[in-house]
Amino acid sequence: MTSWQIIILASIAVFALKLAGYLVPPSLLERPRPARIANLMTVALLAALIVVQTLGAGTRIVFDARVPALIVAAGLLAVRAPFIVVVAAAATTAALIRLLT
Amino acid sequence: MSTARSSQHKAAIRASVAVGIAVSAYGISFGALAVTAGLDIVQTCVLSLLMFSGGSQFAVIGILASGGTAAGVAAIASSTLLGTRNALYAIRMAPVVGGRWPRTLLAAHWTIDESTAVSAAQTTPEGQRAGFWWTGAIIYLGWNLATLIGALIGNLLGDVSQYGLDAAAAAAFLGLIWPRLKSMQPIAVAVGAAVVAALLTPALPPGLPVLAAALVAVVVGLTNWLGPKDPLPAMQQLDLGEDGFP
Repeated sequence: MTSWQIIILASIAVFALKLAGYLVPPSLLERPRPARIANLMTVALLAALIVVQTLGAGTRIVFDARVPALIVAAGLLAVRAPFIVVVAAAATTAALIRLLT
Repeated sequence: MSTARSSQHKAAIRASVAVGIAVSAYGISFGALAVTAGLDIVQTCVLSLLMFSGGSQFAVIGILASGGTAAGVAAIASSTLLGTRNALYAIRMAPVVGGRWPRTLLAAHWTIDESTAVSAAQTTPEGQRAGFWWTGAIIYLGWNLATLIGALIGNLLGDVSQYGLDAAAAAAFLGLIWPRLKSMQPIAVAVGAAVVAALLTPALPPGLPVLAAALVAVVVGLTNWLGPKDPLPAMQQLDLGEDGFP
């Protein structure tokens, strides 16, 4: 699969979900189960992506400079730092550790 | 009466501008990370223009970064699943901003966390419409401009791991999940999904552990484990607060 195919197919799928919401009966929203699953789905996928992005190296799990970088990011989020500061600080932390080790 | 209406309208626009500018800045992170994940500048910009949903876009580049285009199916599936909440927002927004076909199509494209949250925070129908369209328009413009700027920066930076941009991607996901971890149920799902992803990473091709972790949400969502006994109406669960991310 090429990058372009991935971009186009994924974009169509994401748009289709948005459009579907305008076409289904509003009563669907009254049922707590679909809403609950959709909200928890976001949390589950993001948590899994954090793990893969922090510890994954292909199909291996490794603990490297990304772990302290994520801890720094968590600390900054806890004090309500802006998103871009959090992201930049994590990149800087990992880069510095790699430079020094 | 007309004064009250226009002050509602102005309040909605003020909220849109504040949220829109703040959110658009994340586009820089996205653009830089997308380029270092292997997309070129044009592909990065097209992804922002066509997909326009931050979480799903970060998922695509996160999985491409770890698995390459071989993980394409998993990248598409993950971004689609991350986009399911947009369908809920759309149901909520349909009576507010729906209409004829061209308008509904544009509204659908701009139905994201922020446009829904700003709209839902307004008290009059006019304010709700203004909040949705202004937030959607400002973020669409800002997000795409910022994506281009970020992609150009990422292109200049070159080698990923040397600069720590792989850690930046992890931090971006953490920033996206952070405002959602306000009660026991999402926290439990996050921990469960993280464990599943870590355990399955050595066993499955890149991308699939993320999809498998989504099952944790389905199981907890179906059983409502750790959930409120008297479930909130669905709409209250969509309330993002001021620090909701795209």
